[in-house]
Amino acid sequence: MFSRHALLLAATVVALAGCGSQQVAAAPAKQSPAVVAKQSPAPALTITDPWVKTAKKGMSAAFGTLVNNTDAEVTIVSGASPVSPKIELHEVVESGGKMIMRPKEGGFVIPAHGTHELRPGGDHIMLMGVAQEVLPGARIPFTLTVKGGEPLEFTAIGKDFAGGKEDYQPGMGHK
Amino acid sequence: MISRRGLIAGGALTAVGALTATPAHATAVEPFHGIHQAGIATPPQAYAVFVGLDLLPDTHKEAIVRLLQLLTDDARRLTQGRPALADTEPELAMTAARLTITFGFGPGLFAAAKAESPVAPLPSFTVDKLEKRWSGGDLLVQICADDSVTVAHALRVIVKDARSFAKVRWVQRGFQSATRRNLMGQVDGTIQPADLDRAVWIGQGPARGGTTLVLRRIRMKLESWDAADRVAREFTIGRRLDTGAPLTGRAERDEPDYSQVNRLGFPIISEYAHIRRAHVTDPGLRILRRPYNYDEGLTPDGKSDSGLLFASYQADIDRQFVPIQRNLGKGDLLNEWVTPIGSAVFAIPPGCTPEGWIGDSLLS
Repeated sequence: MFSRHALLLAATVVALAGCGSQQVAAAPAKQSPAVVAKQSPAPALTITDPWVKTAKKGMSAAFGTLVNNTDAEVTIVSGASPVSPKIELHEVVESGGKMIMRPKEGGFVIPAHGTHELRPGGDHIMLMGVAQEVLPGARIPFTLTVKGGEPLEFTAIGKDFAGGKEDYQPGMGHK
Repeated sequence: MISRRGLIAGGALTAVGALTATPAHATAVEPFHGIHQAGIATPPQAYAVFVGLDLLPDTHKEAIVRLLQLLTDDARRLTQGRPALADTEPELAMTAARLTITFGFGPGLFAAAKAESPVAPLPSFTVDKLEKRWSGGDLLVQICADDSVTVAHALRVIVKDARSFAKVRWVQRGFQSATRRNLMGQVDGTIQPADLDRAVWIGQGPARGGTTLVLRRIRMKLESWDAADRVAREFTIGRRLDTGAPLTGRAERDEPDYSQVNRLGFPIISEYAHIRRAHVTDPGLRILRRPYNYDEGLTPDGKSDSGLLFASYQADIDRQFVPIQRNLGKGDLLNEWVTPIGSAVFAIPPGCTPEGWIGDSLLS
């Protein structure tokens, strides 16, 4: 019963975020909404279970569940981390029969009192050029810039992870 | 003389009662945080896997801390029925089934962290026929649950996170029955320490709340055991096969009377019976046994590779485990049918707080 509830919630969140890929909607939720709801008094925006895929160099990605504790929609417009000079906010979509990732138009939108999951195969924070090795178990600082609000700072844990290897298709404005 | 009443009042509830396996329950959860790690005083679950890891040559202290933080996080989540971070099979984590994940540090881990090791390899015993593939190891992970899929999933999560730091040295899988019978048919683990604070948990210093583990892989020669009749089998152990009662008593929990003699004047429990050889007079020096059976398969002609993963927890290996093993080596009749083929020792660090990690008091 709990997992169905979580699944429904996750599906709802994905739909609200405007990401209708069947694969994304069908994937199970990892985060208990009950745990999220308990955080009180809550900062406007938080992230639970942040982690980043280990990488010696090149590309990597960070994940977690964004939680909006306010009455208004929150939009994340960009991200930064000392381990990668360039970071993009990505989505994974179907294109020509396969899943590709690309910059997400308009950033990540977290509905009022809602959550938005960043996960392999879905929306994620993309590290475009890892300059400092992300080791397993390392604590990597990140900052997400919020439109019209305080930035969200957090530390993601480096985890070895085999997945998240969708083809990268650069968006408009860069190669 | 230690009175039975004293034994009962002194904590028979925690020692004996707690060590009786309970029926599997998919959603039952064992606490992870606390003074002690779970998986030791925890009533034994049905399935266990022990994995021994060797640190890679370049895994030094900073990396060991990262490894232990990762594995602690995995254990903290999985034991509570929650997926690990980046869990690729989160549904498998939902069935906690009393999962416990317990960590132990071998002498090699302390050496790699440039810290003094509180444990050393055991002295050699005459009965040992140790094989390298079942012995030693820098880091132990003991995973137990009442659901074998839960155990497999936890093992997979742990070894994936350990892969960048360590190599698998051995994996030993075990199972046990609620009857506590081993594969020779005997009821095992009747006598346990009454007071775990005396016999098992370390009372002071940075390891306070921790313990030590001696893990012995003991092969049973079931083919020649087949040739022993019931009288010989009961004489060998000093207990009845049907009830587990000592040969001088009627019920399993009856105290063996080592002074009773038969009408010819011979002791009823032989001088060389297993329970007499293993008997420890001071309950504070008893070892906590949490054995699992292993049964790895059959040769083409149907001979078994079976035995016991003998997990012994004690505050002090030299004062508790070694003297018992020496006594057994000197003349236990059971030695005819059992052979230790693997041996490893580990310091079991104390438990940790929600903010801490296993080993933080020893390696910080």
